[in-house]
Amino acid sequence: MAFTINVNGTTHSADVDADTPLLWVLRDVLGMSGTKFGCGIALCGACTVHVDGVPARSCVTPIGGIGDKAITTIEAVGKTPQGKALQQAWLDVEVVQCGYCQSGQIMSAAALLTATPRPSDADIDAAMSGNVCRCGTYQRIRAAIHRAAGREGTDHA
Amino acid sequence: MPDQPMVSQLDRRRFLKVGAAFGGGLLINLALPLALPPAWAAAASSPTFAPNAFIRIDRQGGVTLVMPMVEMGQGIYTAMAMLLAEELEVGLDQVRLEHAPPNDALYANSILHIQTTGLSASVRAFWTPLRQAGAVGRTLLIEAAARQWGIDPGTCRAEHGAVLHAASSRRLGYGELAVAAAALPVPARDSVTLKQLKDFTLIGTPAKRLDAPDKVDGRAKFGIDTRLPGMKIAAIAISPVFDGKPISVNEAAALAVKGVHQVVRIDEAVAVVADHMWAARKGLKAAAVQWDDGPNAKVDSAGIIRQLEEASKQPGVVARNEGDAATALAGAAQQIDAVYQLPFLAHAAMEPMNCTVHARKDGCDIWVGTQAPTLTQAMVAETTGLPKEAVKIHNHLLGGGFGRRLDADGTVLAVKIARQVNGPVKIVWSREEDIQHDMYRPYYYDRLSAGLDTNGKPVAWTHRISGSSIFARYVPALFKNGLDPDAVEAAAEPPYAFPNIHVDYVRAEPPGIPTAFWRGVGATHNVFVVESFMDELAHAAKRDPIAYRKALMANPRALGVLTLAAQKSGWGAPLPARRGRGVSVQFAFGSYLSQVAEVEVAADGSIKVHRIVCAVDCGIVVNPDTIAAQIEGGTLFGLTAALYGAITLKNGRVEQGNFNDYRPMRINESPVIETHLVKSAESPGGIGEAPTAAVTPAVTNAIFATTGIRIRTLPIDVSLLKSSA
Repeated sequence: MAFTINVNGTTHSADVDADTPLLWVLRDVLGMSGTKFGCGIALCGACTVHVDGVPARSCVTPIGGIGDKAITTIEAVGKTPQGKALQQAWLDVEVVQCGYCQSGQIMSAAALLTATPRPSDADIDAAMSGNVCRCGTYQRIRAAIHRAAGREGTDHA
Repeated sequence: MPDQPMVSQLDRRRFLKVGAAFGGGLLINLALPLALPPAWAAAASSPTFAPNAFIRIDRQGGVTLVMPMVEMGQGIYTAMAMLLAEELEVGLDQVRLEHAPPNDALYANSILHIQTTGLSASVRAFWTPLRQAGAVGRTLLIEAAARQWGIDPGTCRAEHGAVLHAASSRRLGYGELAVAAAALPVPARDSVTLKQLKDFTLIGTPAKRLDAPDKVDGRAKFGIDTRLPGMKIAAIAISPVFDGKPISVNEAAALAVKGVHQVVRIDEAVAVVADHMWAARKGLKAAAVQWDDGPNAKVDSAGIIRQLEEASKQPGVVARNEGDAATALAGAAQQIDAVYQLPFLAHAAMEPMNCTVHARKDGCDIWVGTQAPTLTQAMVAETTGLPKEAVKIHNHLLGGGFGRRLDADGTVLAVKIARQVNGPVKIVWSREEDIQHDMYRPYYYDRLSAGLDTNGKPVAWTHRISGSSIFARYVPALFKNGLDPDAVEAAAEPPYAFPNIHVDYVRAEPPGIPTAFWRGVGATHNVFVVESFMDELAHAAKRDPIAYRKALMANPRALGVLTLAAQKSGWGAPLPARRGRGVSVQFAFGSYLSQVAEVEVAADGSIKVHRIVCAVDCGIVVNPDTIAAQIEGGTLFGLTAALYGAITLKNGRVEQGNFNDYRPMRINESPVIETHLVKSAESPGGIGEAPTAAVTPAVTNAIFATTGIRIRTLPIDVSLLKSSA
C-alpha cells in the first residue's frame, strides 16, 4: 500500500509493504543516500535517523509504524542548532576518515546533545556505543561532541 | 546522469567532485565537458591547460587535480592534492578533485607497478612524481606570463594560482594564462626544479581534509549510493560453502513478492532483482534456495589448524639464513621455543560489498568503489569477452577498504548477474554475505626457537611461518621459488642483530577458504610474532624489555622511536594495581614505529586498554594531522582484531555473520591514543597500516607484564587470564 511520510519537512509517498524498513524507503524509493546501510539488524548505527527527535535505527523501523511522525535525516540535521554545531565540530576536529559511518554518528550525537546539552564521557559512551566506526575515529568523535557542546577536552585523558 | 554527484556548488570554497561519473572517458579526452558543472561547461569547450595527467586548468582559473590513488579514509586525496598544489602554487581552497580513470600507463603506483591503492604506498610512490607534475605546470605558467610581459621568467614567481612580477607589480591569474601555457612545449618532469624542504608552505602543515565537508552532511557518494535511471536493485545469496552451487530455487514464490522483477541464477549464487532492497530480500527469502555444498562441505577450522601444524613440521623455503642457527641453538645456554597462531580475519568495512553494473552487448559500465580499478577493468573484460576500452569503471569514494577492495570478486559476480538483466542493476550484499564471503587474512601457524648465551643475549633465532600465500594468487610473478615475500615481511628482517638466524616459509593452502590482503598485511602477522617472542627472550634473560631490545638494535631511527615511546609513556613509572605496560618496535612500510600500551586485566580476565603511546618516524610528513588520524585508526583496527577478531569454519561455512559475532571495537572500549612524531628529512614512509601491526604485541606484552601470562594465539582468550585473580 502507499504510505505518506514526512521527511525533513517534506511529504513523500512510497508504495511499499508495511514491513519495509525506513532505510530502504529513504535510499531506494526516495533516493536519499545520506542514510547508510551497515548491518541491517541495528548493530552498527550507520542508518540512524530521528523519528520525532528520537534516534532510531532506520534498518529496523518499518514504514508502517511511522504514521505522521517527523523524520529527520543527515541531509537536514544541519538545520538544527545541535546538528549544525556538530557538523562544524566534526570538521574542526577532523573526525572523518572513510566517512561512511559518520552520517549515523552525527545523528546519534545530535540526539544526545538535544537530550543532554553538556554530556559527560559516560553520557557519550552510552549514547554513541551503538555506532560502529571501522576506521577508528572514536577519540575524535568524543572530542567533537565535547567541542560542539561548548566544552573542549574530555573527562579523562 | 541523475546520480551525477553534486559537482559541488560553485560558491563552496572547496570543489570536490566525488563519484567520478565519467570514469573511463577522462583519459581519452581531458577536456570532456561532461566532467564539469554546468557553469563551467562553456570553459570546457575552450582550450584547457593540461600539462600532464594530473592537472587541468581552465580559462576561468578552475584547477582540477586528478587523483591516481583512491580515498578510503586514509586521507590520500588531501595528501596528493598537497603534493601537487605545493609545486603548482595553488591553494587547497582553489582545487577540485576527480577520481582518475583506470590507466596503468598514466596512474600506476611506482612501488606496486599498477594503479592500485595498497601497501601504504601512495605517498611513498607519488612523493616525487606529483611534486614534479605540479612543478611542470608552474614552470609553464610562469613561462607563459614572462613571454606575455616580455621579461625573464626568472624574475617572476607563482603564488596562490597567479604569476607575479614584483618589480612591476603585475599579476596574471592561471586562468588568464591557461591558453598560452597550453601552447608551450612541456618540459621533462625531471628537468624542473623542485622546492626545497624549507620552502614548503603546504607540505608539513595540518591541512584540512578536502573530502570532509561532503562526509558530514550526507552528500558524499560511495559506490553503494549509485542511482541511475531505470536501475533495479538486487539482493544476492552466494553458496554458503565455497565452491557450492544452488540446486533448487523457488522462482515463482520470489516473483510473487511485490516489487520483484526477476530471479537470476548463476553457478555460485542466486540474485533477486527488484524495485528496492526490501522487496529483493523478501524475494530471496521466498526463493528458499537449496544448495549442493560441493567438495568443501566438511571443512572446519580444527582440520585447517591440524593441516598447518603438520605443514610447519616440514622445512620451508628459506627467506633468510645467516650463520648456523641450528648449531648455535644446540650450543646455547638456554633455549626458548614457542608456537604462535593468528586467525582468519574478515575486513568488515562499514560499506558492505556492492556493485552497480549496466551490461550491454557492446560495453559494460561499472559503478563501484575499488582499490584496484585497472585490475577490475581487466577482470570484467575477461568475464565478458569485451575489450578493456569497452569496460568503463566509475570509481567512487570507498566506505572502507582495508584490503577487501583490492579484489574484484564482487564486481565479477555482479557482472555475471547483470548480464542476465536488462538495464542497470545495483547488487548490494547483506552484512552476512559480506562477512561470510569475504576473502580472508590467512591463518598463520608460526614456530620459533631462540638460543641465549649465559648473559641472556640471543645467539640463534629461527622462525618458520606456515600459511596461505596471497602473492601466489594475487601477484604470481612475485611468488618466486615458493617464497611469499608478504608472508615473511618483518620476519626475515627484524630490527635486531642476531648472529645466527634462519627464517623459512611453508606454503599451505587450506581448502574452501579464499585468502587476501588485510590492513597491515605481512607486518600485522609477523610484528606480533617477532615482538612477542622478543619479549619472551627479554623475560628469559631477566632484562627490561626496552633495554633488552636496545642492546640488539643499531638503527638510529629505530632506537629513536623506541626511546621516544618509552619517554612519553612514562616507561618504568609505577602503575595502579593490575595494570602493565608493553612495548613493540618495528620497521615496516618505510616507517619506524614504537608503541607502548597500558593495559588493565581484571580479576575475571577482562581487559581494558587504557592508553597507547605511539612514536613515529615516517620521514618527511606531508599532513601531520593525517598521520595522527591514521595512527589512531590503524591502532584500533589492529586492537579490534587482537581482542575479538576470528573467522572460523564449520561444515564448510563461516560461523560469523554480523557485528554481534564478528565484533568491532566501540567508543566505550576505545583507549586514549597519543601520537608523537620524530622530525625527519628522510623520504616519506607509509603510515596507514603500520600501527595496525604495532599495537597487538604492545598489548599482549602489557598483559604479560601484569599477569605473567603469555598470549601466543589470537584473538586474546580472556578465559586464560582469569587465573590472574
